[in-house]
Amino acid sequence: MSKSTIAEIQQAATNIRKSILKLTIERNGCYLGQACSSAETLAALYMNILNIGESQGSMDALPFPGVPSADNMDYPNGALYHGPKDGDKDRLHVSPAHYASVVYCTLAETGRISKEAIDKFNVDGWNLEMIGAEHSPGFENTAGSLGQTISIAAGTAHARKLKGESGKVYAFLSDGELQEGQVWECLQAAAFYKLDNFVIYVDKNGNQVEGATKDVMDLEPLVKRVEAFGGIAVDIDGHNINAIIEASKTPHEGKVLVVICNTKSYQGIPLLEKRNPKLHFVRPKADEIDDFKAFYENM
Amino acid sequence: MKIEVNTHSKNIIQWAKDHPEAVILSADLGTSCEVGEFHTEMPEKYFSLGIAEQNMVSWAAGLAREGYRPFLHTFGVFFYRRALDQMEMSVCYPNLPVTFIGFLPGIMTPGGVSHQSVNDVAVLRSIPNLAIIDIGDATEIEGCLKVVEEYNGPVYIRMLRKEVPRLFPANEPMKLNKARVLSEGNDIAIFSSSICTEEAMRATEVLKKKGLSIQHVHVSTLKPFTDPQIVESLKKVKYGAISMENHTVIGGLGESIANVISENGLGTKLKKIGLQDTYPHGASKMYLMKKYGLSATSLIEAVEEMVGRNYNISEEDLEQVRFVDYTAV
Repeated sequence: MSKSTIAEIQQAATNIRKSILKLTIERNGCYLGQACSSAETLAALYMNILNIGESQGSMDALPFPGVPSADNMDYPNGALYHGPKDGDKDRLHVSPAHYASVVYCTLAETGRISKEAIDKFNVDGWNLEMIGAEHSPGFENTAGSLGQTISIAAGTAHARKLKGESGKVYAFLSDGELQEGQVWECLQAAAFYKLDNFVIYVDKNGNQVEGATKDVMDLEPLVKRVEAFGGIAVDIDGHNINAIIEASKTPHEGKVLVVICNTKSYQGIPLLEKRNPKLHFVRPKADEIDDFKAFYENM
Repeated sequence: MKIEVNTHSKNIIQWAKDHPEAVILSADLGTSCEVGEFHTEMPEKYFSLGIAEQNMVSWAAGLAREGYRPFLHTFGVFFYRRALDQMEMSVCYPNLPVTFIGFLPGIMTPGGVSHQSVNDVAVLRSIPNLAIIDIGDATEIEGCLKVVEEYNGPVYIRMLRKEVPRLFPANEPMKLNKARVLSEGNDIAIFSSSICTEEAMRATEVLKKKGLSIQHVHVSTLKPFTDPQIVESLKKVKYGAISMENHTVIGGLGESIANVISENGLGTKLKKIGLQDTYPHGASKMYLMKKYGLSATSLIEAVEEMVGRNYNISEEDLEQVRFVDYTAV
């Protein structure tokens, strides 16, 4: 896949926000704050950083394919949207499954699923659930129970290192989930096994369900914590696409690389700022809906 | 009856030699879970994850997705209590071939309540895709890895360690969802698992001499639980059935039997031997078996109550029972 330019990625990020804003208006609420904070990071990953092949997933939304079981292991899974699992190709494990709408819209912006498929988002009986599992387009594992995906991705990186594969394993995390002890269990083990084929992007938007992360359970000093656990930490502006791309090139021989993307949950949609830090789920109030619509039309 | 020593240790070393995809994961209890020798012999296939079970379980899911077959070793409690969400979301929902080898089932340790897996079956039986195996003897230790391979999904094994009797012929390996009929009879049915089977065999021998006709069935697969042998055995008996398990009577073998009785409309009377909705405490196996009613004597008392007779059986009668000396093949 050819790498996109910064201008192309910026346009895609705007379109991602616009798509989620549309869902927010039409469905009376969506995870809009997460779209605002992570649009540049996810767009940059898919359009420039990741070395992945053409999607093998369906361009159309699909009826829910059933849960995994002995009789249902060959269902169309979310990893297909990241191309073939060749040894030289990268992987992307998304941990906060409530970012699903952002992932779906990023796939749509990057030609991995059709834009019409997004119409089936959170529609009963379809595979684009609000918080899905590993059948969900773009999800390589069942995420959502926070703190687990980092370990699944690390185990994958460990296995690929043992097999001598050159492809890297990327994990996308939110900042609130760094409060889970398992994340730090994983970082200590990733350091122990010298997983330098493992890269973590953290969307540090500073918000969680009950409010600002610093008030719910502070994570600072995050860079020092990561370094103390044996990782290489890079602290960047998560809305600066050049910085997001350059961070992925940071040397991290023998160590896991953790890119901390400092972001805002109202970036690109300033009318959300007054709600900050309560931006886990955005449901427009009756007297706000016209402002939302007007902003959408002018995006 | 021959006592075998460290069977799992020898067995899994041989298994890994024949199966390059097999790897061991340990949460700092490998030496207590019979993979210390493995570590010495094949360090390249042994991964220490430290005292961090939640990460170990999810990490194993990543290895399994890439074609490895992880065998996780720690005490059962640290799987089903400590890392239940990881077992469910990282491994069982995706139906990945990860094997949880849980040591110290029931009252097998003087370590006390923090180390005794007394309600693991109850908790884990509700998890879709997961198979549960309750090891009863050395032959089953030797056979369980083949069962795991054929199942090709997540499996939890209640494993026995160190000195374990060989109750079943070495050339008759265990099969998934297939109970062993150890005695045919039509007065009373006894369903036993884990260390209770040896006790039940002892009691059965003595009761048979007193003229009682006993259907004794050893159950090693607790999930799936669809073996027709269970319902066939229940249909045969006149007085009723007794279950005997190294586990609380809530949610384990006994309640699985109760389900079969009710779903088939059999109306069989059922007495459940096991921990009676209590945590045990730390002491020797023999002491705990007596204290919590898991011994041959307790079974005989339950049989007598069900049949309405007193057989005047002494401890000495039970001690004199001798079993066939099955040796390894």
